[in-house]
Amino acid sequence: MNRRIIEENVFRFLMIASLCIVIGSLVIIFGLVAVNGISSLSIEMVTKTPSPDNPLGGGILNAIVGSLLLALPATCFASIIGIGIALYLQSDFLHPGISNFIRFMLDVLWGVPSIVYGIFCFTIMIYLGMGASILVGMVALTLLEVPIITRCMDEAIKMVPIGLKEGAYSLGSTKFETAVRVVQKQAFPGILAGILLGLGRGIGDAASILFTAGFSNRIPTSIFDSTAALPTMIFNLFSLPSGQPKAYAAAFILLVIVVIISVCSRLLTRKFRQNVIK
Amino acid sequence: MDKRKLRDLIGTKLMLMVVLFISSIFFLIFILLFYKSTLVLERTSIIDVLFSSTWNPDYGQFGLAPVIVGTMLVTGIALIIAIPISLLSAIYIAEYAPKRIRRILRPFIDVLAGVPSVVYGLCAFLILVPLVKEVIAPWFGVQSTGLCIFTAAIALSVMVFPIIISLCIESFDAIPIALKEASLSVGATKWETIKKVVFRASAPSVIAAILLGFGRAFGETIAVNMVIGNMFNQIPSSLFQPGQTLASLIASKYGELMSIPLHESALMLVALILFVVVLLFNLAGLLILRRAKKRWKY
Amino acid sequence: MNYQIETKNLNVYYHNNNALKNINIKIPAKQLTAVIGPSGCGKTTLLKSFNRLLEIQEDVKISGQIIVDGENILDRKASEVPDIRKKMGLLSQKPYPLPMSIYENVAYGLRIHHDKTEDELDQSVEQCLQEAGLWNEVKDRLDDPASRLSLGQQQRLCLARAIAVKPEVLLCDEPTSALDPISAQQIEKLLLKLKKDYTVILVTHTLRQAKRVADYVIFLYFGEVVEEGPADEVFNHPKHPQTKAYLDGEIG
Repeated sequence: MNRRIIEENVFRFLMIASLCIVIGSLVIIFGLVAVNGISSLSIEMVTKTPSPDNPLGGGILNAIVGSLLLALPATCFASIIGIGIALYLQSDFLHPGISNFIRFMLDVLWGVPSIVYGIFCFTIMIYLGMGASILVGMVALTLLEVPIITRCMDEAIKMVPIGLKEGAYSLGSTKFETAVRVVQKQAFPGILAGILLGLGRGIGDAASILFTAGFSNRIPTSIFDSTAALPTMIFNLFSLPSGQPKAYAAAFILLVIVVIISVCSRLLTRKFRQNVIK
Repeated sequence: MDKRKLRDLIGTKLMLMVVLFISSIFFLIFILLFYKSTLVLERTSIIDVLFSSTWNPDYGQFGLAPVIVGTMLVTGIALIIAIPISLLSAIYIAEYAPKRIRRILRPFIDVLAGVPSVVYGLCAFLILVPLVKEVIAPWFGVQSTGLCIFTAAIALSVMVFPIIISLCIESFDAIPIALKEASLSVGATKWETIKKVVFRASAPSVIAAILLGFGRAFGETIAVNMVIGNMFNQIPSSLFQPGQTLASLIASKYGELMSIPLHESALMLVALILFVVVLLFNLAGLLILRRAKKRWKY
Repeated sequence: MNYQIETKNLNVYYHNNNALKNINIKIPAKQLTAVIGPSGCGKTTLLKSFNRLLEIQEDVKISGQIIVDGENILDRKASEVPDIRKKMGLLSQKPYPLPMSIYENVAYGLRIHHDKTEDELDQSVEQCLQEAGLWNEVKDRLDDPASRLSLGQQQRLCLARAIAVKPEVLLCDEPTSALDPISAQQIEKLLLKLKKDYTVILVTHTLRQAKRVADYVIFLYFGEVVEEGPADEVFNHPKHPQTKAYLDGEIG
């Protein structure tokens, strides 16, 4: 019996040590970014664009606006596409074999490195004679986010109890009406979580927009303009000592956005869970 | 036609179109990558590409061997570090932690999962690189700039933690409590129950989690690019030498090589390899899960 | 009469709700004691307090004494609890075979306590499966996953698994409620056979089952013991009006 207790205690120790490593990494990351980010953050940093004669001076407003202009529309489109796919994947519409194949495709697309989406859009962009712009970057982000959002919505919808749907059908509801009015409401917390997950991923991704969104020191005025974005700015500036203040500031803003999204996700899902039937 | 029926028809057809759209994206990407890779494969054989170390684009030589080795090293080491740490953390959070601590830890893990790759890369650059250069490499008696395979592997392992941990916690939580009671009631300790029953029952999900973690590590572009040193003229002889991975290579070289079709084609081939590997691993994961579900119904 | 288990002022609190109130009972050894009462009155809670299985849940507080073979098991340290549990086998409402083969399910407890060699294990497994009445049905497929058995067979497997570690007490929590009538009958017959060698405590909310198998009866109503005594007395000459009401089907 002693041997068994000793084994358990050894592993308990290892478990706590592992947990400390994980939590420690998080603390280090946040600590580093927060400490350096806050010190580089100033009113000037977030309200000005880089000055034309000194690109490393000024602020990062161009990147902030650029990121929002890229990620928000992309998330909207991806969500609309996503909810359509996710609802259609229910067994009421498609043969289960087909819907499982589509789920498999979505899983692969989720796992594909984001730079592949970047290359894909870039190639088509060149082929169509377009230049790097918000439009192309937005498309790349949409493609990146669709699998994520769709699969999350799909999982939420799968958990809707079949009795709920049967109840709606027996009242004379069509498949489409049931999908839109009943299923989506029941699965709403999960759907919302999926959308926020996609948004978080989209706003933080650099590889897909590296070649497709281009770069600019100014705030874009049309969707055909190139634009800077927070992740690409960090990527471009991190190794230059004079660029590091901006990189820190951008990283800090990104982290704040990520935490806000995470918190919102929890709060909103909890709020909408009240309407959900267990 | 009745208005409701019309709405139903249009709505259903729209959804169908969207589904077809996404399916076609899948095939379009594959076909595009494949098509663009053919150019380079006409000039060099696939064997040369995979096994040679000579990278001389102007002479049509695209030896990827150092990059492939680099990818395997970085991914392998990252997983070797991440898997035990993640599993142990997940077991603790799911089975041992008091409720209050659990409630704080779960959001922590979620936030860790949401941190963008660039930020991981930035932190790795600012902390790990000097650490490796000043402390770790000298400890092994090696000189290093800090921009090396080892640094990339450590950074990757941290990125993989939250993926494996959160999936494992979910699957441990899904084990019915009565199963644990069944084990405890014959006199097993808590740890023995976890070792022999909980783990076994959730093994397929744990494997799926590890495969997902592998996918993340394998495909990570940005963070790796920032700390690995981006050199691949020879197969790395030490972990503290700079190296390169497949995904990071594309990010590095796309700018300079995209104007020349042959060079672009080589990078497309790399992208194709990435796509195919992700596809194969997803397939493997699916088959494992399916087979395991047939044997054990939980 | 020899008493195996005795409780003194046992109180169990679930999230500040007093689920078991001042339980003072005595369980006779090597007999079948039926714990009867309406659903949700604490029968399962009482059972699971005997092998200290309640503590794995959060927000559970237990006070009082549970005396098994002369000592208060609630006093023992956490590290000794697995040994206490070894003495009490548990049969749940819904059979939960472990995610292993049939053989490994029965051998599970034996392997943990490191008692035997492989040959001895084989013998023990066969013996337990025989006692549980399952041997003939599974002897050719011991390596099959246990999940492939029917529900009735799974429950008998759980029984074999429980008696493998040679407990003194068998805690049975409505073991037949999830089974079809034929399997239920088989389990009942087994319990009747086993009560000669083990102290069996059977929680049931089917009065007819209790009447068929019980030697001793405890009637639990909303967490309190209303009446206890030999089966004959409680069923035919109940002393408490509530007992009579329950037996007549007026309550529960």
